Amino acid sequence: MASPSEPSENEVIEFVTFVAGEQSFCIEITQIREIRRWSPVTLLPHAPDHVLGVMNLRGAVIPIFDLAAKLGLGRITPTERHVIIIAAVSGQTIGLLVDSVSEILSVRSDSVQEAPNVRGDDTTSCVLGVVPVEDGMTRVIDLRRIVPNATEGAA
Amino acid sequence: MSNSIRDTFFEECEDLLDALIEGLSEMSAGTHEEETVHAVFRAVHSIKGGAGAFGLDQLVNFAHTFETVLDRVRSGEMEIEPDLMRVLQRAGDHLSDLVEANRIESGVDETTHAGLLGQLNGFLGKEGEDDVADDGAEEFVFEALSIDIGAPMETAPQTAGFEIRFTPRPELYANGHEPLLLFQSLSQLGSLQVTCEYASPPLGASDWQAPAASWQLTLATSEPEHAIHEVFEFVEGLCELDVQPIPVGPEQPEQQVVTEPAQAPPPTDPLPKPDHPRSAEPRQESRPDPKPAGPRPTLRVDLERVDRLINTVGELIINQAVISQRIEEMNLPSGAGLTTELEDYKLLAREIQEGVMAIRAQPVKPLFQRMSRIVREASDATGKAARLVTEGESTEVDKTVVERLADPLTHMIRNAIDHGLENAEKRAQAGKEPVGTIRLAAFHRSGSVLIEVSDDGAGLNREKILEIAISKGLVSPEADLNPGEIDNLLFMPGFSTATEVSNLSGRGVGMDVVKTAITSLGGRVTIQTRAGEGTTFSIVLPLTLAVMDGMVVTVSDQTMVVPISSIIETIRPSPGELHRFGVDGWLLSIRGSYVPIVDVAGCLGTGDSRADIREQVLLLVQTEGQSHCALAVDGISDQRQVVIKSLEGNYGHIPGVSAATILGDGKIALIIDPDAVIANSSASLRRLPDPRLEKELPHGIAL
Repeated sequence: MASPSEPSENEVIEFVTFVAGEQSFCIEITQIREIRRWSPVTLLPHAPDHVLGVMNLRGAVIPIFDLAAKLGLGRITPTERHVIIIAAVSGQTIGLLVDSVSEILSVRSDSVQEAPNVRGDDTTSCVLGVVPVEDGMTRVIDLRRIVPNATEGAA
Repeated sequence: MSNSIRDTFFEECEDLLDALIEGLSEMSAGTHEEETVHAVFRAVHSIKGGAGAFGLDQLVNFAHTFETVLDRVRSGEMEIEPDLMRVLQRAGDHLSDLVEANRIESGVDETTHAGLLGQLNGFLGKEGEDDVADDGAEEFVFEALSIDIGAPMETAPQTAGFEIRFTPRPELYANGHEPLLLFQSLSQLGSLQVTCEYASPPLGASDWQAPAASWQLTLATSEPEHAIHEVFEFVEGLCELDVQPIPVGPEQPEQQVVTEPAQAPPPTDPLPKPDHPRSAEPRQESRPDPKPAGPRPTLRVDLERVDRLINTVGELIINQAVISQRIEEMNLPSGAGLTTELEDYKLLAREIQEGVMAIRAQPVKPLFQRMSRIVREASDATGKAARLVTEGESTEVDKTVVERLADPLTHMIRNAIDHGLENAEKRAQAGKEPVGTIRLAAFHRSGSVLIEVSDDGAGLNREKILEIAISKGLVSPEADLNPGEIDNLLFMPGFSTATEVSNLSGRGVGMDVVKTAITSLGGRVTIQTRAGEGTTFSIVLPLTLAVMDGMVVTVSDQTMVVPISSIIETIRPSPGELHRFGVDGWLLSIRGSYVPIVDVAGCLGTGDSRADIREQVLLLVQTEGQSHCALAVDGISDQRQVVIKSLEGNYGHIPGVSAATILGDGKIALIIDPDAVIANSSASLRRLPDPRLEKELPHGIAL
């Protein structure tokens, strides 16, 4: 299980769960900087569909991604009610637009299961593993697959 | 030995080497003063001293030999002649290499080392007969470390010598100097007699720290007077020093008079007793130098701290813009007086910002000086005689720019010598002086820095350039290019005019590397060439990498910023000035020529619905190919200083966009890179005729 922090067997990991494209996802809480309400962004030229634009976060220029679009689950039309999760991974700070944030989930590391090896799908390539929850399961997002420099170079 | 002390030594070495190289180039140009030679000597001497403390024997040995030669030069025993200067300059280069090699703990080229040592010793052998043998570095001992006093109090033989009166000032002791060590050094020059005069101050004297002792020294020696001053070199200005030759064997002092002809005695000599004019001269020579030549007090600061400060000041500027905008939106009554305060705030913020930027600004002088070595080496390698002329060395540019310019400049200078300058015969045929001139100039021009590298060679051979470009498939043979475009072929990747690969500049990396380096600094490079007269490469660079003046424009509802530096003028065209061209291209007629119009929204892919060109505003910009182009935007809203925020850290490079900035309303605006936008539109540009020659642009030329 290649979680970024490489936890030992019985360590408790905390995830923030959220909904994007009607599915439940989660990101490890240590990677999340803050959660903000959607505000209009500055569009970027020549950007792929899932890149909404950039926003100003206290003087830093942060790219905002439409997570649902990135995962191939259809584009979100952002409104005031949508939420941006600011996350940091491998030195980069990015924002993810999601439908809503659900809760903080504490699970033991051994309850995170490796993602079933299903091929050829935008979602599966960005998911590290799955965690069973009461009403189904939530998918652990691999942020390193989301940040532009790590995955697709200059967008 | 602590590493930090070692680091400090190498940092100091850098400064000393700069001074050394500067002095040597002045000497070689013949523009030096007496003091220059002393400064050069001191630099080598200090490096030797420091190197000795760290046991860097090879460096010490070389510096010692070098210093010995310089000593002969400054005493006037050796003439400054071209051969000697050649060796001295190469010795200077080699000393830099040695210092660097010791810093990174690697070796140097032994052949060069031995060769230069031999050459230096050759000069010593030729000029100085007496103590060549003593120059063996193994025998070299630091004066300050030798403890044995010998018997300095012996009666001096009455041949020749000096009467020295030495009265230390409090600063001398405060700086840790010790008269005894000075006397020990003197005693090595000859036989020394020391008399101490102690004027005991009255008890309760107000200034109990004032030194009361002074010394009267009689030195019997055959050494010239400057040898005495050399001993006191590091305490000059910290003591009252009066050196009078004993007029028995006055050969050396007389020589001194010859080399330093009639100069007025120092007008502001604080010595109680006016000097013998003869002995006063060396003092006068060295006295005024601490003001012009002596380094101003400086502070070494961690670069990261400065950058943090610059970032914060950037935020301040943005914050100031936000506040201004908010207050404006409040529509306060005009009598509120807030406007004036706000204006002051703006000015102050800008002043702070400029001040902070100035911390990063550095003169290009050290960079230019390094280039003199490149010229020497390139000139040796090609066999073409060349000299470097520099202008505007005190022009200040951002530190990063200075650092990142070294490689492009090196390359351009090598190119200028290798390809630009003609060989001696051709120069003679053209009636030019045999030594080619490479001119390196820097100056400020309207908010940017202009750096020019020119040669007085034959100028670019456009036919050959075109031929090569065609043979390498860089342009199609049918392409008909205007001269500016042909010149710019030099910057295309894979282009190299050297038909034979020389080990100097034809290494496959061409001017495209230069261009990339300069573009990455936000600069542009252009070529001007005149057949038979030479070629000039002009580099235009922003003053700072953190802030720039921009024009705030609207492009399909998005706010964007265009660098002012690239805008020549803004035009709201009348319908008569616009001409349809091609499927959806437009030309602007301006002052008799036709300029292609580039739709920014179209190029950036932001505009879905094309705005009517007749309602747009045009920004006339100069492209890198020296031709003009008009950028069409929807409107211009403001002109202001913007803080540059990189997009690459969190996102990546976007074609046509150089960076982003944050505007007064907190929104991000993209900064447009006009050259890249025009390059992006080259697909459509290609179909346009060249505005002046009405000829087709070649395929694949990125303007």
